[in-house]
Amino acid sequence: MIRYTSDRLNILFKKLRSKDASALGIFITAGDPDFDTSLKIMESLPEEGADMIEFGMPFSDPMADGPAIQASSKRALEAGGSLKRTLDMVRLFREKNNFTPIILMGYYNPIYNFGVQQFLTEAIEAGADGLIVVDLPPEEDEELCLPAKEYNLPFVRLTAPTTSNERLTTVLQNATGFIYYVSITGITGTKDVPIDLVTHAVENLKEHSKLPIAVGFGIKTREHVEQITRIADAAIVGSEVVNAIANSLDADGKAKPETIQTTLSLVRDLAAGVRGK
Amino acid sequence: MSYKETANTLRNAPDENGHFGIFGGQYVAETLMPLIIEVCDAWSASKNDPSFWSELEYYRKHYIGRPSPLYLASRLTEHFNGAKLYFKRDELNHTGAHKINNVMGQALIARRMGKTKIIAETGAGQHGVATATACALFNLDCEVFMGAEDVKRQKPNVDRMRLLGAKIHPVTSGSSTLKDAMNEALRYWVSKAETHFYIIGTVAGPHPYPEMVRDFQCVIGEETKEQIMAVEGRLPDTLVACIGGGSNAIGLFHPFLDDEVKIIGVEAAGYGVETGLHAASLTGGRPGILHGNRTYLLQNEDGQIAEAHSISAGLDYPGIGPEHSWLFENGRVDYVCATDEEALEAFALCSRLEGIIPALEPAHALAYIATIIKTLPEDHIIIMNMCGRGDKDLEAVLPLLEKLGKL
Repeated sequence: MIRYTSDRLNILFKKLRSKDASALGIFITAGDPDFDTSLKIMESLPEEGADMIEFGMPFSDPMADGPAIQASSKRALEAGGSLKRTLDMVRLFREKNNFTPIILMGYYNPIYNFGVQQFLTEAIEAGADGLIVVDLPPEEDEELCLPAKEYNLPFVRLTAPTTSNERLTTVLQNATGFIYYVSITGITGTKDVPIDLVTHAVENLKEHSKLPIAVGFGIKTREHVEQITRIADAAIVGSEVVNAIANSLDADGKAKPETIQTTLSLVRDLAAGVRGK
Repeated sequence: MSYKETANTLRNAPDENGHFGIFGGQYVAETLMPLIIEVCDAWSASKNDPSFWSELEYYRKHYIGRPSPLYLASRLTEHFNGAKLYFKRDELNHTGAHKINNVMGQALIARRMGKTKIIAETGAGQHGVATATACALFNLDCEVFMGAEDVKRQKPNVDRMRLLGAKIHPVTSGSSTLKDAMNEALRYWVSKAETHFYIIGTVAGPHPYPEMVRDFQCVIGEETKEQIMAVEGRLPDTLVACIGGGSNAIGLFHPFLDDEVKIIGVEAAGYGVETGLHAASLTGGRPGILHGNRTYLLQNEDGQIAEAHSISAGLDYPGIGPEHSWLFENGRVDYVCATDEEALEAFALCSRLEGIIPALEPAHALAYIATIIKTLPEDHIIIMNMCGRGDKDLEAVLPLLEKLGKL
């Protein structure tokens, strides 16, 4: 059995902590708006300041996502995106970049359909560094979280403003990699991040866990990134990025020559807000 | 292994984590889990509280109009000239379908939890109407998520909901039908956790919904058992019900699961399972995870959920309640299907011969019965759940019946 040994997430957070710096995580959906454009955007993210990539595995029914990420998932699927193609992109990315962590984010059905063992094996071989599977709470740890643990592949947990401290103990039990704090009560990309509440919540999380803490949902501007990276180990931006992709497309939803550059310049701007950069 | 070798009873599922064998469970985002746990706690407390059930019993009797009759469909029995056919008349409930059985139970739980606002999803609109009705009665705010396509094809029910005071959210994401309405209702619920209760309309969703909805619908089967004992002095030979998510079916079936009774669920075959345009999750799907549970789903080779097709908006769902997937795999229930066209013929036949205009959903059950009843002996008793009335379907059905020369 293959085991995950690359440890890119740990290396990243250790390095940043030693410099008293934080990370910028950028979310894109694999294959949005098409395979080639998406791969080019992905490959350029690190040089524009993305420290890690949250890589969306497109799904027809993204239950926890707002309109922006729903639309990006739909674009990717309509352009032929699939779990297999997502893993292909990770492989191609790794041919040129062996240090930026890639966290695969998505929903369980495509993985279950692919086969859990097969998926873990291929994800590790391709060069992924962790998983976020939205619809697998601790109640369903036997499905993928515990198998991932056997492969040593980080399984990132989500916590939310509605997560009580009692619940937090359950949630953090098998958490690895980092903790993803969902900053708003709602779906991705709908409201602005409430900084005061997040500060309080991150302090509370630090008391419960030594894992790095990333904050996402509702981070839209460089100012947000500045504020969040002052209190957390990472800020993750998703909806704004896929919106930039959406807004750059032509009337038929196809990429235009400027699609890649518009998206990357947004990332560059966000990265300028990261603490310690 | 047959079900008889694996268990003494099939009525104890799910386990405490909501699993029916490998099916069911709680596959939802952590953002939703605190709400689900709250519903679990409220349901456990209510289900063990006799005063809850006596309160529900009051509304069943005086508001819904239960018990619904068990009626010998004598002209259809004569027409088919085979087995004896009874209808369980759940179309006579207030609001015209079985959906209200579940809604009244969940609305009472929401009140006990101190929730003042209700969310629901709806396909054909029957669950939406039932929810809007209970909310009017209990003075609760009501918001109904309905696929934009369904808003168009079920206008009479949309008007009823508006009249009852509900706010309709037309859903344009995905395929703009029932599954997308459910996605959107779940998304909305996460953002309104403090005040809102989500009344799911079928035996799907995360635990405890499949169990809770079933237990509220079991009144159908419990009454049926008493009624058939009273008129025939014995249990029926066969039970038949249509299945979309499967709440009316499980309501009829569950009290009979441990009895020597043949049980048949009828899925919607749309244009025919072989065409790919259907809603028969068990016949044409495979296990997967959607809307909080593991169950049989229509999906493509990549695990993307496929769109269902059925002439009946109430059966037009790419999944099925997890308990049905379990009863399918352990062999206790037979699952078959009927096409749009077969359902239309049954719709017309039932109207002409019994003076009962069935909803398109139970017309599927009758369509299947038509294929088996003639060869069965006259002392064979079939009970079908007439789970809804057909007024809502006339606009869709009449032009098609004219085309088929049935009008």
